[in-house]
Amino acid sequence: MLKGKIHSTETFGSVDGPGIRFVIFMQGCAMRCRYCHNADTWALASGEEKTTGELIKTANRYRAYWGADGGITVSGGEPLLQLDFLTELFKKAKAEGINTCIDTAGQPFERKEPFFTKFKELMEYTDLVIADIKHIDPDEHIKLTKCKNDNILDMLKFLSEINKPVWIRHVLVEGITDKDEYLIKTAEFIKRLNNVKKIEVLPYHSLGAYKWKELGFTYTLDGINPPSEERIKKAQKILEGKA
Amino acid sequence: MKNAWRNFKGGVWTEDINVRDFIQNNYTPYNGNEDFLEGPTEATDKLWGRLQELQRQERAKGGVLECETEIVSTLTSYGPGYIDESMKDLEQIVGLQTDKPLKRAFMPYGGINMAVKAAKTYGYTVNEDLQRVFTDYHKTHNQAVFDAYTPEMKKARHSHIITGLPDTYGRGRIVGDYRRVALYGIDLLIKHKETDLQNCGGRNMIDKFIRLREEIAEQIRALKNMKEMAQIYGFDISLPAQNAKEAIQWLYFGYLAAIKTQNGAAMSVGRISTFLDIYIQRDLDEGTLTERQAQELIDHLVLKFRMVKFARIPSYNELFSGDPVWATLEMAGVGTDGRHMVTKNDFRFLHTLENMGPSPEPNLTVLYCSKLPENFKKYAAKISVNTSSIQYENDGVMRPIWGDDYSICCCVSATQTGKEIQFFGARANLAKCLLYALNGGVDSKIKDQVGPEYAPVTSEYLDYDEVIEKFDAMMDWLVELYVNTLNLIHYMHDKYYYEAAEMALIDTDVRRTFATGIAGFSHVVDSLCAIKYAKVKTIRDENGLIIDFDTKGDFPRYGNDDERADDIAVWLLKTFMNKVRKHHTYRESEPTTSILTITSNVVYGKATGALPDGRKAFAPFAPGANPAYGAEKNGLLASLNSVAKLPYEYALDGISNTQTISPDALGHSDEERKNNLWHILDGYFDKGAHHLNVNVFGVDKLKDAMEHPEKPEYANFTIRVSGYAVKFIDLTREQQLDVIARNAHERM
Repeated sequence: MLKGKIHSTETFGSVDGPGIRFVIFMQGCAMRCRYCHNADTWALASGEEKTTGELIKTANRYRAYWGADGGITVSGGEPLLQLDFLTELFKKAKAEGINTCIDTAGQPFERKEPFFTKFKELMEYTDLVIADIKHIDPDEHIKLTKCKNDNILDMLKFLSEINKPVWIRHVLVEGITDKDEYLIKTAEFIKRLNNVKKIEVLPYHSLGAYKWKELGFTYTLDGINPPSEERIKKAQKILEGKA
Repeated sequence: MKNAWRNFKGGVWTEDINVRDFIQNNYTPYNGNEDFLEGPTEATDKLWGRLQELQRQERAKGGVLECETEIVSTLTSYGPGYIDESMKDLEQIVGLQTDKPLKRAFMPYGGINMAVKAAKTYGYTVNEDLQRVFTDYHKTHNQAVFDAYTPEMKKARHSHIITGLPDTYGRGRIVGDYRRVALYGIDLLIKHKETDLQNCGGRNMIDKFIRLREEIAEQIRALKNMKEMAQIYGFDISLPAQNAKEAIQWLYFGYLAAIKTQNGAAMSVGRISTFLDIYIQRDLDEGTLTERQAQELIDHLVLKFRMVKFARIPSYNELFSGDPVWATLEMAGVGTDGRHMVTKNDFRFLHTLENMGPSPEPNLTVLYCSKLPENFKKYAAKISVNTSSIQYENDGVMRPIWGDDYSICCCVSATQTGKEIQFFGARANLAKCLLYALNGGVDSKIKDQVGPEYAPVTSEYLDYDEVIEKFDAMMDWLVELYVNTLNLIHYMHDKYYYEAAEMALIDTDVRRTFATGIAGFSHVVDSLCAIKYAKVKTIRDENGLIIDFDTKGDFPRYGNDDERADDIAVWLLKTFMNKVRKHHTYRESEPTTSILTITSNVVYGKATGALPDGRKAFAPFAPGANPAYGAEKNGLLASLNSVAKLPYEYALDGISNTQTISPDALGHSDEERKNNLWHILDGYFDKGAHHLNVNVFGVDKLKDAMEHPEKPEYANFTIRVSGYAVKFIDLTREQQLDVIARNAHERM
C-alpha cells in the first residue's frame, strides 16, 4: 500500500466540493502564492505518512454525514505532486462507491510522460476537479505565485477535452487579481471550456498570515483589505459572463 | 361531546383518556414545503411590538419589570390580565400568570426565604404578614428539606460536589397533558379522577393509599379551580373544545394552571403541535378558518409562551442564566406505525421565529429522524441557520423507550405525556469527585474533609490503576449520598409543594423516573486519559493537598473520534449509572442519568480545582456532554462521532451537546448551509446520538453583542446553550465570555 505525505485531515469540509466532505490536505506545494493561507503545507519534506487504506478507513467513519452528494476531497498543498498515491486512494474510494474530488492549482500538470499517463488514469477515478486559476496573465501569475501558468491553463483545456466536471475558483485580491481587465480575460478563457459546473469567487482574507510569521517568512500583503461584497458580486458576474 | 368531536375518527380515545390514540387516528402527515405559510397579521405585529417594548423596559429595570408582594399565586388569585389593556381584543389567545404582563408572581411554597429574597433583589418587599404566615404557620418545601438534611448532605451541598438541587423552589419537569383539557373538557377529567379516588385504598388503607387519596382530592380541586380560572377570562372549559381556537385556548389554560402554581426550573408545554394540527385541519376543511387565521392563533399562543416568568434569586440565575423557563415544545417524530408525524403545524410553530423573530422560548424542539420528509428537514435547517433557536433530539433512540407520544420535560429529557413524571435531580460533580479521590475526601478549595477519609494518593506521579480504584470508591460514596439527598428532597416536595394542577392532567397510575446527572464529564475523561497516556505530576500545597498538576506528553482526548478516549467516556457513564441503580429511589421510581449541565457548567467549574487534563482551577467546565474546549482537533464530525458513542440506554435523561458553527464554515450560500446542516443531523442521529443544539454565527457577532448590547439587532439575538436557548444579552458577562471562549467550528 502506498503512503502519502499528509498535512492534516478535516472531518467536516463543507466548502470543498459538493455536500459534506472528508478533506485530506496533502503536504507539499511548489507554488508560493502571496496570499496562501496554508503556508505550512509548502514544505515537501514534512507531513505525516499515511497509507491509502488508513485514510479510507478513517473517511468511512463520516460516511453517515455525506448523504447523496458528499465524499472525499483531496486538497493541499498540491495533491498532484503525489499522483500515484492519489490514484490508489481514489481507486479504493470508487470501489466503495465514494464520491471523489481533487482541489488543485494544477501546477504540476504537463502533457509529458510519465506525468500525463498517470494523470489520465487518476482522472478515471475522479468525479470532480476544483481548479484554482490564480491569475490569467502569465507575468502577473509568476509575480503572484513564482510559477508560470501556461501548463495550468492547459490542464483546464485537457479536462475540457475529456469532459471532466470542473469547478473554477478564483481568489479576488485588491490590486492583484481584482481588476476588470483580468477578470474579463479569465471569463473569456472559461467560456471556451465546456465542462465548468460552477465558478466561485473567493474573497482574499488574511487569516493565514500568522502562519507565514510563525514559519519565518515575510508576508507581503499586509494592509490589503478583503474585497467588498459588491466587488465580489461584480467579479462573480464578470466570470460567469453575465456582466 | 358529539359536536366537539365531529368528523374525528373514533378509537379507544373516545372511551378512555387517551390523547395518543386520538392523535394516531386523526393526524394528517404533511410532506410539502413551507410555501403555504402566512406572515404575521397586523394584530400579531402590534402585540409583539408591545411585548418587545415591555421586554426592553424589563431589561432597563435590571431584569424584572414588576414583582408581586401582596398576593399568593393560586389559580384564581387574579382577575384577567392582558398584554395591553387597550389591545386586549387583538389577543386571540388570552391568559397571564398575574394581572399584568411580565409581572412575577409571589410563589412561597417552594421556600419563603427564596421568594422574599427574589423580590428583594429587585427592590420589592413582600408583605410582612405573608412572610410570617409562611414562616410561622405554614411550612414550605425548603424548610422541610433542611429539617431532614443530614450534616453530610449539607456539607456536600455547601462544597458544591452536589449542586443545583431543587430544594428552594419547584422541582419542575412535570408535564401535564394539557391537550386533555381541549379534547375532553374539565368535567370529564374530574369524572375520571373521581373514579380513581373511589378505587384507591379501599379496605387496605396503608400509607401510600392515604397519600394518593389526598393527592387525587387535590387534583380534583385543581381541576375545579381551572374552570374558575377560565371563567375569569370569560370561558367555560367544562366541555371539550369545539374548534381550533378553543382547542388552543383550552390547552393554554391547562398550561397556565401549571405556571400559576409551580415555579419549577423547567415548565415544559409538551408535544402539542401535531395534536393542535388536527383541530386546525378540521376547521380548514370545514371552511371556518383560513391559513392566515391559523398562523395567527399559533403566533399568539407562542407569544404567551414567550412571556412566562418566575421570580428568581441571583444564585439561581448563575446556574440557569438568562431567565429560562424551558417552555419546551416538541414537533415531528415518527409514529410506532412508521408514519412520520410532521404536520403543517410543525411548520407554523417554526415559522413563529420568522413572523416574530428569534426567541429563546418556547424551547422549540424537533424530534429528529433521517426518515422525516426532506422538505421539513430543509425548513428546520433553514430556520436554525437564521435564528439559532432550535434544538434537535433523536426520535430514533427515544421512540423505542418512550413510544411516540413523549414530551421533553426539560431541556432534553423525555417522559411519556400524561403517563409519566420525572423527579428532577440536578447533578453530581464528577470532576470534583476525582479530586476528592486523590486527596482522600478533602476538598482542596474549602480545605475541609467533605468526603470519607479514604487513603489519599501519596506518590509524586499519578498511576492510572491506583487512581481508578480510588475514584471508583469515592464515586460509590458520592452516588449513595446524592441519591439519598434526592430521595429526601422529592419526599418533601410531594408533601409540601405537590403539583396538583399538573398531576390532575396525568394518569393517576403514574410511572416515575428518578433523574440524576453528571457534571464535568469531558474533563474527567480527559484527565483519566492524561493519567493513562501521559505523565501527570502532582503539585501539592503546604499541607500536602494536591492542588495542581504538571502534565507532560500527548494524550488522547474525548471529542476526536479516538477510541482510546471515547472508551473511557463510555466506561465513566456506565459506571456512574450502574452505581445509581444500586440504590433505593423514592416512590418506586426508575433511576436514569443525564450528561447535561445547562449553563451551570460555569458555576460547577468555579467550585472545582485544577485537573490533570490541563483545565485551570475554577475555570468553567465544558457544558453537558461537550468535549472540553480546545480538545477537538479533527473537526466537527469527529467531535460529533465521539458524543454519539455514549449509549443513550445508560443516560435516558439525556446527553446534551451544543455546537456552534460559523456561517462560513457551514457553506458558501444559504442553500449550501441549509443542506449541509440537515446532512449533519442525519449522520449524527443515524449514529445513535441523542441531542444537538445548533448555533450558526461567528465569534465576531458574539463579541460585538457583548460590547454593544444596546444595538437593536441584538435585542432578540438568541443562542443555544446547553439544553436551552437564551437571549445572548441576558447572560451574565461571565457566561458570555464562556460562550465566546468555546471554539466555534470555523475552518478557513
